[in-house]
Amino acid sequence: MPANDHAPSDTVRGAAVIVVGGGVTGLSAAWWLARAGVDVLVVEKGLVGWEASGRNGGGCSHHHSPLFAEEQRLWPLMDQLLGYPTEFQPNRVRIALNERQLALYSRAVVNARHQGFRIDELEARQVRDLVPLAGDNVFAGHYYHFGGHANPHRTVQAYAWALQDLGGRVLQHTAVTGFATEGGQVVAVETARGRLGCDHLVLAAGPQTGRLAEMLGVNLPLKVARAEMIVTEALPLMPLGGVDGNGLYGRQTLRGNLAYGGGPHEWVETEEMPGGPRPATPLMQNIAKRVAELLPLAGHARIIRSWAGLIENTPDGRPVIDRPEGWDNLTLATLSGVGFGLSPASGRAIQQLVTDGACSFADLSTLRLSRFARLEPDWAALQGWQSAAMAS
Amino acid sequence: MNAGRGGVDLRSVAGKELSIDGHAQLLVIGAGPAGLAAALEGAGRGLSVMLVDENPVPFETMGESVPLHFGGRAGGVVRNRNAMMEAMLDSAPGLAAAFDLGVEVRLGTACWGLYANGTNLGWMPAPLAGLADEANGTYLVSFDRAIVATGRRDMGLAFPGWETPGVMGATAAVRLAARYGALEGRRAVVLGTTAEALLAALDLHAHGLAVAAVIEQAPAPVGPADLLEQVSAAGAALICSETVRAIESDLNGVTAVRTGTQTLPCDLVVLGVGAVPMVDLLDAAGCRLGFDAARSGYVPVLDGQARTSVAVIQAVGDCAGLWPSKSRNAGIAEAEARHAAACAAATLGMPGDAVAAPPAPGPAPYDLGAYRKDWVRASVIEAAGEPYVCQCEEVTAREILELRPPRYLDWNSADNRRRSLESLLGEGPPHPDQIKRLTRAGMGSCQGRRCREQIQALLALQAAVPLDAVPLAGYRAPVRPLPLKAAAPRNEAPAFGEQWDSWFGMPRQWVPFWDVEGEYTVAGLAVEKPHASE
Ligand SMILES: Cc1cc2nc3c(=O)[nH]c(=O)nc-3n(C[C@H](O)[C@H](O)[C@H](O)COP(=O)(O)OP(=O)(O)OC[C@H]3O[C@@H](n4cnc5c(N)ncnc54)[C@H](O)[C@@H]3O)c2cc1C
Repeated sequence: MPANDHAPSDTVRGAAVIVVGGGVTGLSAAWWLARAGVDVLVVEKGLVGWEASGRNGGGCSHHHSPLFAEEQRLWPLMDQLLGYPTEFQPNRVRIALNERQLALYSRAVVNARHQGFRIDELEARQVRDLVPLAGDNVFAGHYYHFGGHANPHRTVQAYAWALQDLGGRVLQHTAVTGFATEGGQVVAVETARGRLGCDHLVLAAGPQTGRLAEMLGVNLPLKVARAEMIVTEALPLMPLGGVDGNGLYGRQTLRGNLAYGGGPHEWVETEEMPGGPRPATPLMQNIAKRVAELLPLAGHARIIRSWAGLIENTPDGRPVIDRPEGWDNLTLATLSGVGFGLSPASGRAIQQLVTDGACSFADLSTLRLSRFARLEPDWAALQGWQSAAMAS
Repeated sequence: MNAGRGGVDLRSVAGKELSIDGHAQLLVIGAGPAGLAAALEGAGRGLSVMLVDENPVPFETMGESVPLHFGGRAGGVVRNRNAMMEAMLDSAPGLAAAFDLGVEVRLGTACWGLYANGTNLGWMPAPLAGLADEANGTYLVSFDRAIVATGRRDMGLAFPGWETPGVMGATAAVRLAARYGALEGRRAVVLGTTAEALLAALDLHAHGLAVAAVIEQAPAPVGPADLLEQVSAAGAALICSETVRAIESDLNGVTAVRTGTQTLPCDLVVLGVGAVPMVDLLDAAGCRLGFDAARSGYVPVLDGQARTSVAVIQAVGDCAGLWPSKSRNAGIAEAEARHAAACAAATLGMPGDAVAAPPAPGPAPYDLGAYRKDWVRASVIEAAGEPYVCQCEEVTAREILELRPPRYLDWNSADNRRRSLESLLGEGPPHPDQIKRLTRAGMGSCQGRRCREQIQALLALQAAVPLDAVPLAGYRAPVRPLPLKAAAPRNEAPAFGEQWDSWFGMPRQWVPFWDVEGEYTVAGLAVEKPHASE
């Protein structure tokens, strides 16, 4: 029986490992922990996947990351491993509409080939053969024999259900408001449902991870930005859904909708506890313009929704997956904007950090918190990472 | 290098100017009685006023049952834009008065989004409205205050055959018959005995249609007795404790409805089980909504000046709540509008006397939540076949309640069956947005207009909670479907293109891990490194 099927008045038991945050990062980590036989509880302020994890582009092609090879190994197995569909689809075509875009996109070729992944260069005609909605404006393209995309909503829920199938628990609608510590140990988290004891704490609270870490005296530099996406009505399926380029990320979903994002983000001073509105803006129009350029034969397709999500960002834009100094039983995990695609691997890495103290399958040294030891205190202002109100 | 010491993130919204084609001190959305009254009051107090209304709605859009459930019964005359425009002007004499007062009236203009800075959003130069019309495409205007007067629409109700042409909403039927003389049908069967259903029956009768019957699932009607009398005087039979069990049809659509006991010949089936406030724009703009049975469903939470939680946006007329006496007397909506416009004018520094707010509704005359749930139980859950509740994505009630992945996944793992709705509920009531994500019910091109309230009732029934315990499935801009090409900005500032990146354009984010330095400082960015953009 799923562990969260109980009346709200039940007292909640703590767990060997408590994970704060029911986004893809926290859920995947908890699922891997449950697979390793660990008693695990995810505490989530709202509904699982309600934040960035349910609002992203579903892209799984982060070939710059030390977790990429493992991510690529795992994604094709995820439906089987989880027991629920993720809609993962491998491979991707990236379209350049001009020489400048081609030069930019060609840098990815170097990264991928370095790791032994195959990329084919495509002529305009070949792009049009592969992408029936593309037009005469194609300059050139690449075919990635790796990467791909999945459905964020379904993936989040698959993690949560799979975790429960293994005896793990998810406590929704419950915010973590503080911690109890003894010596160098975090012994419990404070919630409205009471104090929940733990032997190990994983902070995977997306944009809120920095604030929660700060409550434990750990300085995890993080800033939050809003990004937006649009989706159209369903169109006939193209042979490959993973089609992007022209400054956009996104995909044709398995249902046939075109879901794309890209363009300017906005730095925001977000609320202290997630739950505020997630407004989109007229950027919908600028994104629409570029989707219509990327896929001119879909110019008639009607946009039926736009939305926004809040993204956690470290100063260099790279994840922090680490056990910070000063605590014996604390693991931090913030994915800095690339968390969906990496989630199969990031969860496993977090699990190993918790259970073994080190990751066996990837070198996480570039994801350590200590790389920010000499970061300028006013780094956010220096980088222009400030809300309009703060900047003026 | 995107982030110099100067501290501007060029890849962010900083320095991106939206092109804005016009400004009004007071923007009024919807030119029904409430919207017109607001525009006239605002203009009378010296405000510059823009009044937009999407009517006449293009034929193709009506064919998609947007914004109302037109059910394929808009007649050919609807293709004639000029005739439609004339009919619209004739039906609302106030429009001429508005022109005379200098109101900028834009008909055939849909408002697909309202935007105001607030939590997690601060870069827009002013409150903005997204508009679209056939001549100008898609564009933005700015405003100081907006009064939303978007009216009402109808709750959908599934039964076997409800996708057949001729099954339509009461509001849509009256709109076509009364305003445009464009309703293709002669003989109607009306579902529901709410005041709004009965008024629609009388309106249709007044426009020359026969109303064969009014069907009510409850043992007794819920609407006002005098309206019931008028409806039966108009020749309609009242059939209680019944629902539509099946539709008979030919190539042109409905030819009869079958109840449990009889067959009623008709070419229109008019859904009047629940008129609901049209809150799509308000919800998408982030205005807080609350369920109020006395106001017929989810309505914006308003203060004493008719302001929503987004202070620059006010709401009046049916979209702020509808009830029997308001449905019978446009004067109430008009009084709300004059009050709101007077408040807006005062806030914007215009002189003038205050206008009293009209009285709020009394308690709901019947248990509206239970009534809607009963209709859904009787018609949808107890249906003989398994009608699609969500027509766009073809999702049945059972698929919604069993959280079945959509058919395109062809995913029949036994595991999935086990995932009942209860296993998702956790600590809270079921959230339609979560159901939507998993089953796709409400995710289609009608943007959930036909299924939203039914799904709310289904979830409330399944979870055995009152209707108001189930949240509203969220609306998102654009609240009218917009083609990609038409949605592109007419004049995009060059900065968008020059600084556009697919993601944040951070100088070190995509450096391959084998090339990353041990330490990160902003100063270290002075050394350029090539990086792939994602
Ligand atoms: C528009 C957009 C497009 C994107 N596109 C992609 C893409 O294509 N590919 C990709 O890989 N990534 C993409 N991303 C980024 C990706 O979505 C995130 O990196 C990822 O979802 C982060 O997951 P998370 O679990 O770490 O954080 P989140 O999803 O933010 O989850 C954190 C959770 O913690 C909870 N929480 C916070 N505080 C508390 C508290 N005190 N107590 C309890 N719970 C709390 C929150 O409610 C939330 O559910 C995109 C993001 C956005 C917004």
